[in-house]
Amino acid sequence: MEALSSLGVETLEIRKSEDIDKVDRLVIPGGESTAISMLLDWNGMRDPIQKAIAAGMPMFGTCAGMIVLAREVLDGREDQTPLGAIDITVRRNAFGRQVDSFETNIEVVGFDDPFPSVFIRAPIVESVGEGVEVFATVDDKIVLCGTELILVASFHPELSNDRRIHEMFLSMEASGTQG
Amino acid sequence: MAEQNTEDIKMTGTVKVKRGLAEMLKGGVIMDVVTPDQAKIAEDAGAVAVMALERVPADIRADGGVARMSDPEMIEGIQEAVTIPVMAKARIGHFAEAQVLEALGVDYVDESEVLTPADEKHHIDKWAFEVPFVCGATNLGEALRRISEGACMIRSKGEAGTGNVVQAVRHLRTILGDIRKLGQADSAEVFDWAKELQAPLPLVQEVASTGRLPVPMFCAGGLATPADAALVMQLGAEAVFVGSGIFKSENPEPRAKAIVEATTNFTRPEIIAKVSRGLGVPMTGIGMDEIQIRLEDRGW
Repeated sequence: MEALSSLGVETLEIRKSEDIDKVDRLVIPGGESTAISMLLDWNGMRDPIQKAIAAGMPMFGTCAGMIVLAREVLDGREDQTPLGAIDITVRRNAFGRQVDSFETNIEVVGFDDPFPSVFIRAPIVESVGEGVEVFATVDDKIVLCGTELILVASFHPELSNDRRIHEMFLSMEASGTQG
Repeated sequence: MAEQNTEDIKMTGTVKVKRGLAEMLKGGVIMDVVTPDQAKIAEDAGAVAVMALERVPADIRADGGVARMSDPEMIEGIQEAVTIPVMAKARIGHFAEAQVLEALGVDYVDESEVLTPADEKHHIDKWAFEVPFVCGATNLGEALRRISEGACMIRSKGEAGTGNVVQAVRHLRTILGDIRKLGQADSAEVFDWAKELQAPLPLVQEVASTGRLPVPMFCAGGLATPADAALVMQLGAEAVFVGSGIFKSENPEPRAKAIVEATTNFTRPEIIAKVSRGLGVPMTGIGMDEIQIRLEDRGW
């Protein structure tokens, strides 16, 4: 939220279902994807978010948020149901445990200079469906990709002092009647 | 498509990577577990991480004796049972236990006053590790000394194993209150603050200018109910640790889930009322004047 505020965007933390009507784009942040998935259900957030996806609201998922937005999750819990907003298959903790977490500079399609990125118990995108564009890879593994409406990253752009990926998200236009 | 081989320039164990995991746990509940079965219950209840230890604090208190790092076999069992991060406790100053935990691949080491201290003067040099550390603190000076030694997350000590939240509240209020006061100090007064807090000047100056600790600040020690979690979150904790409060209660599963829901919805009393119903008896708890050993006095 600080990252987006620094770009002059008004932000709101969404904890209850009615608040989703107050925003025109949504970030699903990092955290533990198992806990996030459960809380989506317990707090009645799943349906409103699913409706927002259907209505064409732009969304950005980082790390756990990417897992939550995916179509399919590997190495997750059996009862972990992702939102299926983007046609990708994601593998959890693909680089290993915390001691294997790392920082690195990645080349991103459309960026002149590498992007400093922080990977924490990060997932990767194993495969993408039609219409999903790949923007960056690490060791040939996909770590940043998106459609016209959904952007997902394995890493945490908010932990870097570089706002280019957030700007990329803000440049995505809502479709349909969402306002 | 952009391609590059980054194998040679991946930097592990950096401050950003270590503090980053703590950032990702914000808003969540970390639960003490002794066995893989308890870890499973914790994960099912929505815990963001589990803390492996030999005995929960209430039992350590009751049994007496020396409390040590958990059996590596038990830790591995817990790692296999869950997909969420696994933390484990090492004794204060016992860097060899911490090395073992790092070799086991635990995600965070808690250099914890709940275990029997191994060194009466020195905490672990946490900069020497790639695995990140969390440490307890009772006041701002202690928190900053731990951060200067490399801790990447601070938690209040509270008084573990009592089911009594009063010390956690005292520590949180002391730390956060002093941060607020320090924010009002002028640049000359900050030097005196550093002297009074017995903490490194650059860290004191950083807190004075940012108004926050440089690492996430969580709450631990004596939490037993969903309302306890809501209380400390409203006081400014960024996440909560629950130890004996869950597995020493009558009905661990629903209580664990209720504490997770209360922590997420900490500003919504109607939800806390709803989730607090019918949880059975919480752990009995002990008053501060009834206890023999104050764990919070361990660590310096």
